[in-house]
Amino acid sequence: MSDADDVADAGFDEWLDAAETGDAYYLECANGHGSLPPRRVCPDCGATDLEAVVLPERGEIETFTITHVPTPAFEADAPYATAIATVGPVRITGQVVRIDPEAVETGLEVELEITVSETTGERVIGFRPA
Amino acid sequence: MANVRVAGTGLTAFGASPERTGRDLFAEASIAAFEDSGVSRDDVEAVFYGNFMGELAEHQGHQGPLMAEAAGVQAPATRFESACASSGVAVREAVKRIRTGENDVLLVGGAERMTNLGTAGATEALAIAADDLWEVRAGTTFPGAYALMAQAYFDAFGGDREDLAHIAVKNHDNALPNEKAQYQRAIEVDDVLEAPLVSEPLGLYDACPISDGASALVLTSEDYAADHDLEAPVAITGTGQGGDRMALHDRDHLARSPAAREAGAEAYADAGIDAGDVDVAEVHDCFTIAEVLALEALDLEPIGEGISAARDGRTTADGELPVNLSGGLKAKGHPVGATGASQVAEMATLLAGTHPNSDHVADATTGVTHNAGGTVASAMVHVLEVVA
Repeated sequence: MSDADDVADAGFDEWLDAAETGDAYYLECANGHGSLPPRRVCPDCGATDLEAVVLPERGEIETFTITHVPTPAFEADAPYATAIATVGPVRITGQVVRIDPEAVETGLEVELEITVSETTGERVIGFRPA
Repeated sequence: MANVRVAGTGLTAFGASPERTGRDLFAEASIAAFEDSGVSRDDVEAVFYGNFMGELAEHQGHQGPLMAEAAGVQAPATRFESACASSGVAVREAVKRIRTGENDVLLVGGAERMTNLGTAGATEALAIAADDLWEVRAGTTFPGAYALMAQAYFDAFGGDREDLAHIAVKNHDNALPNEKAQYQRAIEVDDVLEAPLVSEPLGLYDACPISDGASALVLTSEDYAADHDLEAPVAITGTGQGGDRMALHDRDHLARSPAAREAGAEAYADAGIDAGDVDVAEVHDCFTIAEVLALEALDLEPIGEGISAARDGRTTADGELPVNLSGGLKAKGHPVGATGASQVAEMATLLAGTHPNSDHVADATTGVTHNAGGTVASAMVHVLEVVA
């Protein structure tokens, strides 16, 4: 949601909706570059004809951290693990759930899972071990 | 390219002064810069001012004219916002403006009021330099983003928390004689390793503090400096800027800063130097790992080796290339909008022989400053040289 509680962020909120039902996607241009919405132009080549393509189910953690000092929006969630995972042609930042944060490691195979902030109740992009 | 002289520099002390307004901080820095320069306020043709979080910290937008007024300057004024590189870009645009011949005298600088927000509020404000939808809403903080880079660096090239701790120790040592520094206090490696974790593998002492402060520079053309017989031995001889994708996860390599490499290469070429000519550097060490990535991007250390530079003494005050003799962001402090111009102020005085740490670089003629925004989606590099 945008700062106004009842106004969505078009493009992003629909992506979360899709990811929640296992239908996550990325945007692909004719040159095969992947990117994430909301987006009208390929950031790699400037192509404006972007097509939604199904995101592979599995990804792999490239790097991670365990955050002990959060922003106020995650106060009750800390400590939590955040990771960058490569999923198909894109990388995504998300919280790693359903695993002890101390057990998270680079190379861990994960799947997307939209989780919820314990602090705000807002949806949060997450990964669970595959 | 015509050089641009650093005619005067002014800094407030960096630290915690939560009750002081941004305008008061910038006024103090500007008074010091004018006194140092001997330039009349009447000669200033424009004000270039950097600030990042003024809307959040002071509910104040449109800060350009406010700051010109605070400095007692009647001239057009513009605020530049590029996260923690805000006044770095203000310096760069001022250099370009003077080089075109359009202006001879500019007041340049920046200010940030942060500590009034408290730790949680400042953490939230700093986080807006990241992609709100795809990073901040996943719980990324700024220390968290640099922790992701640190872990990626360790995985790619090796190194550990102790290597990083030596950077913090070095920069605290450098700040000891700097009366503008937030921390004039020596620390030891064990202090860093035993400090509370902020975002693993980074702890409290790997991070720069939250700071209030301001910086100001009076920049002039060569002709103006000559006509007015200014004591201005140091010039900005090179400027470069690099850009990258906004989100860290879209960097080509998670442990490198291509934008800083691009900015460095442009600044070196602009000044007609190469990395081997650099005698001293001030780099954007918002976190200890950031100093490593900066040195590698600027070709001052080979890729994968910057991690050991402080531990092995290459970048200490008496090393072959002293880095962050001011204390860096780590110990001098990081009022974000003030930082880029403050690095130029510190470097100009280091090279002019008027800095408390100048004795460590008595023969130095060439310095470089590196200022980064976000996870280095923005980077500004300047080359300063003794020219008179």
